[in-house]
Order: sequence, then C-alpha cells, then structure tokens
Amino acid sequence: MADVAVRDQKMLDEIHPRLVQGNSTYHSVTNDIARIVEGGTPKEWWFAFLASASVLGMMGMMLSYLVYKGIGAWGNNSPVGWAWDITNFVWWIGIGHAGTLISAILFLFRQKWRTSINRAAEAMTLFAVACAAQYPLFHTGRPWRAAYWLFPAPNTDLNMWQNFRSPLEWDVFAVSTYGTVSLLFWFVGLIPDLATLRDRATGIRAYVYGALALGWRGAARHWRNYEMAYLILAGLSTPLVLSVHTIVSFDFAVSILPGWHTTIFPPYFVAGAIFSGFAMVITLMAVARWALRLQHLITIKHMENMCKVILATGMIVGYAYGTEFFIAWYSGNPYEQFAFINRAFGPYWWAYWSMISCNVLVPQIFWFKKCRTSVTIMFIASIFINIGMWFERFVIIATSLHRDYLPSSWGYFRPTYVDICTFVGTLGLFMTLFLLFIRFLPVIAVAEVKGVLAHEDHVAHNGHGVHH
Amino acid sequence: MSLVQIQQIQATGKKYWRSLNELANTAEFRSWVEKEFPGGTDILEGDSRRNILKLMAASFGLAGMAACSRPVEKVMPMTKGVEDLIPGKPLYYNTVFSLSKNVIGITVESHDGRPTKVEGNPNHPLSRGKATGYAQASILNLYDPERTYQVTQGHRESSWEKWDKFVETDLSPERLGKGTGVRVVTETIVSPALMEVKKAFLARYQEAKWIEYDAVNDAGSVAASRAVYGQPLQPHYHYDKADVVVSLDSDFLGLDSPSPAVVNDFSKRRKVENPKDEMNRLYVVESQFSVTGAMADHRVRSKASDIEGFAAALARELGVLADLNVLSGASDKAQKALMAIVRDLKKSAGKSIVIAGPRQSVRAHALALMINQALGNVGATVTFTPALYEEQGDSFAQLVQDINAQRVNTILMLGGNPVFRATRGEKIYAAFEQIKNRVFLGFDNNETAAQSNWILPEAYYLEAWGDARASDGTASIQQPLIQPLHGGRSVLEVTAQLAGYKLRKGYDIVKDYWTAQWPAAERESRWRKSLHDGVIAGTQLQAVKPAYDAKKVSLPPAANKISGAEVVFVQSWSMYDGRFANNAWMQETPDPMTKVVWDNAALISPATAKKLGLVDGDMLKLTVGGRSMEAAALVQPGQADDSVTLPIGWGRVEVGRVGRGTGFNANIIRTTDNKHISPVEISKGTGTYQLVTTQEHHSMEGRPIVREAPIEEYRKEPEFAKEMVEAPDESIYGWWDYSKGNQWGMAIDLNACIGCNACLVACQSENNIPSVGKDQVSRGREMHWIRLDRYYSGDADDAEAVLQPLPCMQCENAPCESVCPVAATTHSPEGLNDMAYNRCVGTRYCLNNCPYKVRRFNFLNYHKEMPEMEHMASNPDVTVRMRGVMEKCTYCVQRIQEKKIQAKLEGHRELRDGEIQTACQQTCPADAIVFGNINDPESAVSKLKSQPRNYALLAEVNTRPRTTYLARLRNPNPELETPHAEVKHG
Repeated sequence: MADVAVRDQKMLDEIHPRLVQGNSTYHSVTNDIARIVEGGTPKEWWFAFLASASVLGMMGMMLSYLVYKGIGAWGNNSPVGWAWDITNFVWWIGIGHAGTLISAILFLFRQKWRTSINRAAEAMTLFAVACAAQYPLFHTGRPWRAAYWLFPAPNTDLNMWQNFRSPLEWDVFAVSTYGTVSLLFWFVGLIPDLATLRDRATGIRAYVYGALALGWRGAARHWRNYEMAYLILAGLSTPLVLSVHTIVSFDFAVSILPGWHTTIFPPYFVAGAIFSGFAMVITLMAVARWALRLQHLITIKHMENMCKVILATGMIVGYAYGTEFFIAWYSGNPYEQFAFINRAFGPYWWAYWSMISCNVLVPQIFWFKKCRTSVTIMFIASIFINIGMWFERFVIIATSLHRDYLPSSWGYFRPTYVDICTFVGTLGLFMTLFLLFIRFLPVIAVAEVKGVLAHEDHVAHNGHGVHH
Repeated sequence: MSLVQIQQIQATGKKYWRSLNELANTAEFRSWVEKEFPGGTDILEGDSRRNILKLMAASFGLAGMAACSRPVEKVMPMTKGVEDLIPGKPLYYNTVFSLSKNVIGITVESHDGRPTKVEGNPNHPLSRGKATGYAQASILNLYDPERTYQVTQGHRESSWEKWDKFVETDLSPERLGKGTGVRVVTETIVSPALMEVKKAFLARYQEAKWIEYDAVNDAGSVAASRAVYGQPLQPHYHYDKADVVVSLDSDFLGLDSPSPAVVNDFSKRRKVENPKDEMNRLYVVESQFSVTGAMADHRVRSKASDIEGFAAALARELGVLADLNVLSGASDKAQKALMAIVRDLKKSAGKSIVIAGPRQSVRAHALALMINQALGNVGATVTFTPALYEEQGDSFAQLVQDINAQRVNTILMLGGNPVFRATRGEKIYAAFEQIKNRVFLGFDNNETAAQSNWILPEAYYLEAWGDARASDGTASIQQPLIQPLHGGRSVLEVTAQLAGYKLRKGYDIVKDYWTAQWPAAERESRWRKSLHDGVIAGTQLQAVKPAYDAKKVSLPPAANKISGAEVVFVQSWSMYDGRFANNAWMQETPDPMTKVVWDNAALISPATAKKLGLVDGDMLKLTVGGRSMEAAALVQPGQADDSVTLPIGWGRVEVGRVGRGTGFNANIIRTTDNKHISPVEISKGTGTYQLVTTQEHHSMEGRPIVREAPIEEYRKEPEFAKEMVEAPDESIYGWWDYSKGNQWGMAIDLNACIGCNACLVACQSENNIPSVGKDQVSRGREMHWIRLDRYYSGDADDAEAVLQPLPCMQCENAPCESVCPVAATTHSPEGLNDMAYNRCVGTRYCLNNCPYKVRRFNFLNYHKEMPEMEHMASNPDVTVRMRGVMEKCTYCVQRIQEKKIQAKLEGHRELRDGEIQTACQQTCPADAIVFGNINDPESAVSKLKSQPRNYALLAEVNTRPRTTYLARLRNPNPELETPHAEVKHG
C-alpha cells in the first residue's frame, strides 16, 4: 500500500511538481523564512546595501541639482519634450504590474503556485511605484507647484479645478490609487507573518512587529476577516492591473502625435507591463532564492511558470509591434506611415532594433523546456527583456516626438549625465528598498505557503503529525 | 550704491550728465570708484568673470540713474503719446537710424524715460512704418553692459576734462600745424550737420585727410553713373512699377536692401488677390543662395565673378553696345536663361529693372544702367537723384599705406571700427602703434579701442542729437530719448571740438544748421514739426533726368576672369559689419537661408564639398594672396560651384562676452581696397567645428506645408492650396460659437514674405524673449516665438527654396489645451490660445502635442541669467517668464488689451481695423503678415482669408488654426521649363 503510494507520488511529482520541495514541514517553513530576518546581518547584505544606498544618494543629488537648475539639466528639448523622464516612469510602472497580477489575478484564479513569489513580487510593485512616482513630479518645470497643484484639493494658488480632460490628471488618480491599494494589499497579506515574527522576537523587535501585526492572534475569527479582506483587496487590485497601464497609455494615445495616437495602446501597454514585470521578478528571484537559500520554496516550477507568462505576453507585444505597422500602412495616413518607417530606419533605428531583439526574439527561447528550467538562462533573458522594455518606451516616446508633422522642427535627443545618473539612481532606490525588505520582513508569505504545503502533501501528511 | 544714489539726488540732472567727473568729485565717491574698479579700465581687457560681473553691476547702477533723467533740451513727443507723462504710459519719439548709408526713420517707444522698442516711422518714405532687424536690435546695444563707458588714456582711467585739456594742448593748431600728419576716419557721413562741421575741421587743418569708409560698401552704382552719365547719381528702383526684374547678384530684398521701402514696393507686385491679377517676374543670377534668390521665379546659379560677363552678354543681346565680349564658357542653362531674359525684357521695355549687386564691379553696374537706359526704364522704373555721399574710392587703402609709411602722427577714429576692417592676420599692422595720437571715439569696446591710446565713450544714437539724410534726400533729426548712459559724446560734438566749431553742443549745432536755412519766423515751428514728424519737410530730392549719350560712355575694362575658385565676401545678416557682435538678439537671429546662429560659415556648393571631401562643420582652408584662414564649411544647396561665400563681421577679437569666440574673421583674407570677390585657393582644413542651426531638416518630405503653384495653374484652379488636403470638420464636444465680438486671426502671405527675420527680432524685443546661447540652441532650446522655416526642393545643386514664418496658430481646437493638467493654457472668448504663466507647472505635454511645435519651454532660468542692465530693454507690458514655464506667441495680447482699454475709455467705441498691430505685422516690410478681427468681413485679415489662395496649415489634423497662409505662387517664363515641377506640391 505504502509502495503504491510512493510510486503514485513520484508520478505525480513528475507530472505536477510540488510547489514546496524537500522535506518541508510547517515548522521548517517558518524557520527557513524567519531565520533570514532573525539571524545576523550577513556581510554580503551590508555590501549590497551600502552600494545601493550610495546610488540612491546619487539620485538625491541629481534631483536636487535638477530642481536647482531646471529641466535643462536633462537633455530634453523642443521637440522632444519628454524623454528619459517619462520613459523611466512608464518602465517602472510597468514593472510593478507583475506584482499585482501575481497577487491579485492569480489569487482569484486559484493559482497556488503564486504563494512563494507573491510577497516579493508585491514588494517589487510597491518599490517600482515609488521609483516611478519620482518622475511625474520631478519631470515638471516647477515641481514645488506640481507637488500639490495636480491634486483636486482646495488651494488658494489656483482657485479653480484641475483640467479633467488631461490624461496627466488621470495619471494622478491612477497612480495614486494603484500605490495605495498595492500598499494595503501587501500589508494585509503581511499581518499573519508579522504576528509569527512578533511571537518569535524579543526586545524592541517584538514591539515593532507587535504594533504592525495589529493584535493578530490567529483566531478563527481573525482568519475569517483576513481571508475576506484579502479577497476584497484582490478584487480591487484586479481591475487596477488593467486600468493603471491603460491610463498611462492614454498619456500617449489621447494625443495627436503620430506614433502615439493609436487605439491599440491600452492592451499593448498592459501586456508589455506584465511582460516586463515578470522579467523583473525573475531577475530578482533568481538572485534571491540562491542568496537566501530558498530553492525549495521558490522552485523551478515557479520560475518555469513565469517564463511561460513571459513567452505569452512577449508574443502579444510582438504582435502589437506588427499591428502598429500594419495600421500605419492601412490607415493611409502619411504622418503615421512616416512615424513608423522613421522608427525602424530613422536616426533611432538602433533603439528600435534593440527593442525588437530583446522583446520579440529573446523570449522565443522559452519554447524550449531547457531554457525555461535553467535559472542562468532565464536570468540573462530577463535582463535583456528589461532592457528591451525600456527601449520600447523610449522608442514610443522619443522617436515619435523627434520627428512629427513639420520637418522644420525636427530634432534629436541626447541624454545628459543627469538623465543617466537619475535613472541609475532610481535603480539604487529600488535595490535599497528591496534589501531593507528582505532584511526586515518575510520574503515569502509564510502562512500562504503552509496552506500550499498542506494541500500538496498528498501522503506524508499523516506521518508528520502537527507542527506549528 | 547708496552713495551713488545720494549723489544723484544732490546733483541736478544736467550737471551730472554733462560730466561724470563733476558728479564724482567727492573724495568718498572717488575712493568708492577706486575700490570698486581697482586698475581702472584694465577690467575691459581682463575677461575674468568677476570683473565682468563688477562691470555689469556698476553699469547697471549708473544706468539706473540715467533712466530717471530726461534730455535737457526740448524733445517733441508724437501726438500719439499723452500730453504729460503718465506713469506706465509709453511715449513715442521719432528719430532716425542709420547703418552706413542706409538711413531709415524710426519711432521709438519709451517707458518712463527708458527706450524699449524701435518701430519704423510711418512718415518716413524709406521706412513706411517698418523697421529692419538691425534697427530693432539696436535697442539692446544701448544697454550693452560692456560698451565703452569711461574716458581712457593709455589704458588708464581719465575724464572728459582731461580730454578737453588734451585737445587744447596736444591737438591744437599750434601743435598740429596744418594737420599734415592728421587723419580723421569716420564711417560714411550721412549727417548734413556733420558735413558742415567737417568742412570747418578741414578749413582749420588744411592738409589733414578725412577718410570716410564703410565695411559694407556699395559704391559701384554711383561710380557707374559717373561712367555712364558723367555725374555721380544715386539710382532708385521702383519695383512696384516693374513687371520684370533681373537681379545680377543683387540681394535687393535681403542683405543689399537699402530700406524696407524696397521690399514694400516689390511685395505690391506679389499680392495676387484674385486669379486675374498679374504678378511680376523675378530673375536672379547669383552665386550664393540669397532670400532674393528664394523669391526668384528663375534663379541662375553662377560664380559671382562670371556675372559681369553675364551682364555684358545681356547688354549685347539687347543691342546696348555692339562691340562687347560674348559670355564665354557659360553653361547651356545659363545661355538658355539669358535668351529668355532678353526676350522677356524686350517685351517689358519701360516696365522692367536690371540691377547689379554691390559686390559687382563698376562695369557690371554701368552695363545694368545702360540696359535700363536702352529699355526705356530710366525715368519710369529707375530714377536718379544727385548722389549725396562722398565717393570713397581707395581712400581707406591709401590710409593704410600712409600708416605703414609712417606719414601719420595723429589718427582720430570717430565711430566705427577701422582697425577691425583693416585686420590682416593676428597682429594689427605694427606701424599703427607708432602713431603718436590714436584717438577712438566709439560705442563699442572693439579692436580699434584696444589699439588706441585715447578711448572716448560715444553717445549712442538714442542718446545724442544729430541728423541724417536718407539716400532719397529725406532728412530727419536724430533726437535722443535718454541722456547718455555713461556720459558719452557724439561724433558731431567731438568733431566740433576738434574743429574749433562755433557751437559745441550737438543740439545747438543741429538746430543751428537746419534753422539757418528757414525763414526766421518759421524757425521754431518748423523745428518742432520736424522733430514731431521725424522728417524735415521739403528735403526729399527731385529726380533728375541725366543726359545719356552711348558714345560718351567710358566703360571700365572687364575684370579678369577667375578661373579657379573664388571667395565672395558678403555682409552678415546679423552682425552687419561686426558691430552687432555683442548683441545677443542678433547672434541668435538665424541666417535666413543657412539657419546658422552664433557663427558664420564658409558656404560651398554640394559639388565643391564633394570635390574637397568636406561635410558640414569640417574646416575649410582659404588662401588669398599668401594669407590664409580656416573657417567651418557649410554645404549650401544652390550655391555656385567653386565659389565660397564668407560673411564678414564675424570672428571679432576684441569683443564683449556675448560675441567672444563666435565665427571666423573674413577680414584676414579680405584686402582693404573693398574687394568683394577674390580668387582663392581652397583646401580641406584641419579638424571640425560645431555649427549650430535652428533648423536641422530641410525638406518638406512631400508634405503639404508650404503650398505653391505656378500662376497658370492657380488661374485654372484658384483653390489649389485648400484642395491639397481634406480637412475634417467634426468634434465630439461640438464647436464653440465664435460668431460674436472680436475674433482675432492672422493671415500670412507666403508670396510676399521674403524671410528677412525683421518679425523675429521685433517679436523678441516686444515680448521680452531671452536669447539662450549657442549651446542651448544646439540642444534645440531656442525661444523665438515666431520662427522662419526654410525648405529646399529640387536637386541640391539647383535647389529652390521657400520660407515660411511660423508663429502660434492660435488653434480653435487646440491640442495643447486639452492636455494641460492644470489648465494653464486655455482659450479666450476672442479666440486666443492664452497662456497663464503663473499657473504653468511645466509638464511640457502641450509642447509634445503641438503639431506646429511653436511652444517654447524655459529649460533654464534664461531671464535670470541675463545681465541686469539688459533688463532695461524689457517691455514692461509683458511679464518675463521664469524657468520651468512654457511660453509662446500670444498675438501680442498686451497690444490687444491696450487698444481695447483705449477704445473703452473713448466711449466704448468699436475697435478700428488695423488699430491693433502685432509686433511682427507692424515691422513686416512686405506687409505679408496681417492681423485683425475675422468676425468683421470688411477687415483686411478677413479679406485675405477669403482669397482663394488661403489655406490652413495641418488642417487635416483638425486644429482649426486662426493663423492661415496664402499660398506661394511662381511666375515662370513659359520659355524656360520649370525645373522641379514634380516637387511643386511638396
């Protein structure tokens, strides 16, 4: 009987690999995750943190200089009013989307494999939104005004409503809603794990985790409220996955600029966002699971699933690139036609073909299981996709702007060191926040993984008894 | 500064401004000055930033005082102004602006005693209410913080008192005797009063020589009249009466235009109101692509040195002289064009003009005169008045020889910049340093100042009394608007002092000179009227009809043919002869054809560039007579092969911070005997240079931007321009009702616009638009609210060009408005696309969404970076914009408001058509820009918009622009096939 069970289990594992591998128990899962927070700070963490914080400091200096000097510190010009600023904004916002997708949509679809990666992915969402949020503010000529004039709060400077016809105003609502809901969703999910940490901690940490755990005792009533709140937030987040990037795409689609003025943008942008977001999750997880020794919790199966999502969304993006060209030809609009020919063969041809290579060609390797299951290959591919998606936004924004209707006004954009250092600085912000996160909060949702563990443990469940 | 302010209160304005030293006679003041400026005028030589800042701060302080003091003598405001000064209300004064021989009457706007804006004087026959770009920009020179501001002797601070003493002792007849070694150098004298004083000077120093020179010289036409008619005559061309105009290397609409009146006359024959109207036909034979060439119906590309031969062939074919040499080696194209021109001229005898350009030889000018004579044009389209100005001949070259031969002991350089003109290589001729007294009275701290041992600050034309006579004889009083900011004196005053003239004050000399000619009873009233009108009645010369006898003509011999490459020196569009080098507005005014700013360039044809292996920005080495220089090359479509065009006036050595390091000094290879065309050896130079242009792409890419057609096609299909695109007429919001009240609109006639940039400079002056510098322009951040787009069509060798002024289109369905999150740009009920600067946060979304890209963003704090003193040139009616704020053309909303308020105060009357003029419209010499109320069917703008040529740019984007264009027409000779018919619509 037992032999049969073991054999069945092996077959099952082959067909449907376990989401938690090794001889994990409830206790070992708690231990494996909590030890990262509770143990001593490794030297490597300090090196990484100092490096990231320095880069973050550079961002601070660059933004201070920008506010002091004016937008002229960047390479923006006329006709290229937006360049790296909005490129980076859209890139970061897009990256955030994978986190929301994993936590909300996959939750609603009961995709159990999400449990090991959702916490980190959600954190990534928050941090990406934080990076993105720099730009709408600091790209303005007068950020000290833009900081509050764009919000429909009463103020005596303007004495009037904002212009609700402007997509930038929509952006304000979209991004702030997105940031708020993502933060709440992430925090609610953290509560049971914060309580676990509180219970194991001593001294000041116990107080801090205790305060953050909001008095969680693990009562059935708590679990019931928690599950309900989580479900509601998941429900709220789901439309956001689609809406935020749709509205960001409206910044372009609503304009009359050839290359921006296209109805395909909302689905194309959402697909691109998920595409880039998953790439970023792979980049982070590939390093984190190795550095934190969590290979048994963040398994190859998780990684492979993400590669599949990348393959699918990558093809949607590629299809969109093709459709744009088709529509440019089909519309018979000479400005539109020129904009697309100019993209591929104009002065920014290198940006366009970098985008095509990274976003359309690179993901094709995920047709092969070998590539989907090799962490090294997928790590390298994910980096390329991140670069490609940055180029996608650059191509849309800068190459459309640099040559529009009247050839007399055509120009060219070159970034300055401030452009470059500000962008690198946001990577520093992102990494700093992420390092703080893995140091002080559970990178994997302990309570959720346990739920999966119970579900997955086809046989061994009986033998192990109760661990807590 | 407080000390200075106290001093100012204590001193009467008159006492203070007659002499800076009188004021500064307290010990404290002197010690303050010494503390503030240790080393005196050494500041002028050092270029350290601290020194310049100190200098600017001090200049500002002094200027501030001057702004509060009005001229002592009675000046007469125009009746347009108010009776007594009302703070905030500008006053307008008529005066006169002269640039060498080009004299135009101007009206200057003065705010609280501070001149801010130059307009043309409508009473003046040569300006007709239009001012040139140079005149517009001259206001900024007045407030140049680096102009001469201190009497200096041997690089040490001095004073007018010391100078006066020096004149009494060292420059007295006792010391100078008959003036054997004395040379006076001035620019061409256009002032009758100065001519009078000059006579007194030469009477006192009989052996002294007085040299008049012009860096930009067009003596050819007068010399030619002497050859043809035996007397010096000034020709006047009446383009409004000419059906056919043939220009032989004359850019008479552009660089060689003596006054706005010429363009104004020409444009009258280009305003084709309905398909039945006739239009003139313009042929241009030239080496470089000029704006006149861009207007041409047929342009013949030719080396400048071959044009004399072309003129000879033309003369021969027209039977002017039988024994002329035939044009040899001319291309088939040129030959074909020649024959067509001949037939066309014969058809239009008596109604045509043949004009030779100032760079052409006396022979070419004489041939042109004889052709006009033979065609019966003289007396109809070409008239003559007696020449007013001294013929210069080779006097300047003679001066250089005298200096080199050490025959000069005293040189009095009054105005201008003769040392720069004579520059030959790095070192000014060593002999110059041997001259004992080198006196320079000048406005600009230039090369001449650096070489002089006396520097006297000259009062600018807006600061001093004087007079000037335009080429048609019309005389105007130059009345000052402000006391000399730095206590300068005028050329007239210093000459009177040196001549021991009976009167010493400019006002007295001028008034005495003119009133002496009038009956005693009328003197005061005529004087007042002359000041008020800006012209002296009865001074315009009557045309003379010179006797002509073909047999008596003594044609100068033909010039040697240049078989190799030639270099042609032309005046600069923005620098003139170099005097505007420290003027940021002019530096940033693009050349109309090349669009280069902040530099000149050696222009070469595409074929020459290919031959030498050069691309834009590569250095080109030019060698003339053993002297060589390098200049950045620019490939100019339409340029004649083997012909290099090099604008003069650039590469100034001694110049303020604005002009430092701009351009290449053509005077290094240009000889002093006013040669315009020289043989040159050209080769590839070393390295490259960054040339910056305001327009980087030169083709319309087949888009219907500037729409043009041959006139025949227009007659068949009058609405061809409109029909080129299909404009949608839909809106999801529904259209706003604009049928009530004033609805502002503009129409720009592309068939009249010559692209002269006057509107651009006028706009800059009116709207306080900052200059941003070469680096910022290279990043695409120029701020001009109106730009002039220039597109080439056809093949690069024989390109055609069109120009298009582009201000904000004031779209009714403005794409910029809907995307601004803070509603900083919104629509006014009168149809203006308004900008609320205070509300703008600078997202730049409006710029991205503007299909015309006319919005300008303050990427840096351009206004704050301006020297304090230049703010004095600002128009107080227009707010200055800080960094981070978007700005753009407003149709001069401040002028609209001013007139609306005035109409309201005058009993809520209706505004009259033409009462409100935008700055660009007011100064447009071609009257190509018309602004007004489009709700009034009788307004000039409505009438233009109802013409069949009217079209809206980018109407297909559904922006519904309020600014529309009238399509360009060409009037090709049917004999000559239109070279680029296939690109006409592109």
